[in-house]
Amino acid sequence: MAASAAASAARADDLLVGPLSKTFTLKTGSVQALSDIRLDVPGGRFISIVGSSGCGKSTLLRIIAGLETSDGGAVTLGGRPVAGPGLDRGVIFQEHRLLPWLTVEQNIAFALKNLPKAEIARRVREHLELVGLDGFANAHPHQLSGGMAQRVAIARALVNRPRVLLLDEPFGALDALTRIQMQQEILRIWQAQRTTMVLVTHDIDEAIFLGDEVVVMSSRPGTIKTVLPVRLPRPRDRSSPDFITLRKDIHREFFTAAELPFAYEI
Amino acid sequence: MTGGLAAEAPSARRAGQQTGSGAAVAALRSPLAGLGRLALYLALPAALVAAWQTAYELGYIRPILLPPPTKVAGAFVELAVSGDLFRHLGVSLLRVLEGFAIAVLIGLPLGIGIGLSRLLDRLTDLIIQLTKPIPPIAWIPLAILWFGIGEAGKVYIIFLGAIFPILVNTIDGIRQTDHRHVELARVLEVTRGRFIRQVVLPGALPNIMTGLRVGLMVAWICVVAAELIAASSGLGYLITDARQMSQTDQVLVGMITIGAMGKLLDVVLRAAERRLVTWKSTFSGR
Repeated sequence: MAASAAASAARADDLLVGPLSKTFTLKTGSVQALSDIRLDVPGGRFISIVGSSGCGKSTLLRIIAGLETSDGGAVTLGGRPVAGPGLDRGVIFQEHRLLPWLTVEQNIAFALKNLPKAEIARRVREHLELVGLDGFANAHPHQLSGGMAQRVAIARALVNRPRVLLLDEPFGALDALTRIQMQQEILRIWQAQRTTMVLVTHDIDEAIFLGDEVVVMSSRPGTIKTVLPVRLPRPRDRSSPDFITLRKDIHREFFTAAELPFAYEI
Repeated sequence: MTGGLAAEAPSARRAGQQTGSGAAVAALRSPLAGLGRLALYLALPAALVAAWQTAYELGYIRPILLPPPTKVAGAFVELAVSGDLFRHLGVSLLRVLEGFAIAVLIGLPLGIGIGLSRLLDRLTDLIIQLTKPIPPIAWIPLAILWFGIGEAGKVYIIFLGAIFPILVNTIDGIRQTDHRHVELARVLEVTRGRFIRQVVLPGALPNIMTGLRVGLMVAWICVVAAELIAASSGLGYLITDARQMSQTDQVLVGMITIGAMGKLLDVVLRAAERRLVTWKSTFSGR
């Protein structure tokens, strides 16, 4: 009984994508951005999607978010088809997209509605703590560093307790050291909250470091080339032999036409 | 030095953006330089007045065409002591503020509505584009027919001058809403009312403030035109009257007073803008 309840609870958070495709119509003709995409994300999993720029990975994420429509083929979350954006899916964009005229606290509260003031304050405080910014409630975005601003964006995306968090190259604009810190941060948050995560990135290391699975996409049209499971214990060591082997495997997926032009080693 | 910079990197970066860089700018920002900045601000106007006076003393300028600063100052004192200047000033100021206030009350909501609604934009665009280039002075005959020669006609002329900058800048400001913020609001399922209050209007505020400042300036520009309508007081009247009497010095007193009032009210609006828009970091020259 308890087992079946747990199973159905898990199913309720499952994200099923496709099969779907997407064509953009331009003045000069039409471009197929995505073709025959199928993706099953069991609830609670962390999925990384890697691909070179222009492979349609962001478009895929935007379709899941409900910001774009596909040509056909549905996205369902917990069995219900996605029609437009909704609070069950949180989105973190590459830029923090904080409203510059609101304080950190107000920016997080911007995501909340129809709640008593005390409850809003409690949730905002709780999520500020979650991202480690307790002392910055009254700061304005321009007073924050890039990493801090992105932390606020994460708090804002999580404050509604979405079932899925969609991350669209969230750390791409940050410097290398801050990026690594933020990867550890998102890992910690995921381990604490067990929200399903779908991360789009062009950083292979980031994809391996975070994902339960790495989905490799190829471009024109964007298709899923392969899905590689990452069976490494967390926190993952970027310099471990298994990590490096996996990185080589993924790298090879990008350059299958020709052999790697040179030995790829770190 | 480097340590201090690193410690306050975000604020330092912002300060850099605001003022541009360079040693000269940095020197101007030091506390000692307050007086220097004021001197720099006044240097060119003072030099101009000095050159004007000198040209007169050397006999290059006929006082009937351009009376020297000393004579203008004399006329200023005379008009101030008699109280005439303040009477005219008060009358014009009231007209400007009335016309401007009506322009704000109509222009701001209308601009917000047009900015938000494609339909309203389509309906009103041609009328606005056709009416905008007509100089307020061309409206005087109609203003007299419609409102007579009392206050209403004069306020109407000033209103016409002030409303278009307010309207156009408000529409522009709302149209410049960042599409990334629009997307964010969609993702967070923010209601339309809240979207307008917390995203659109704050984002449009810098443009709206620009519209108000330009509108107020144009209101002052229009005061002379407005007071061509059978006025018996006001700075515009003072100028027109003095011209008929060939009292060029009084003409200049009227002109300078209008300029000073425009500047003074702009300072007030700028201060309001700085208080309201604290989040924006922009290039302010280098």
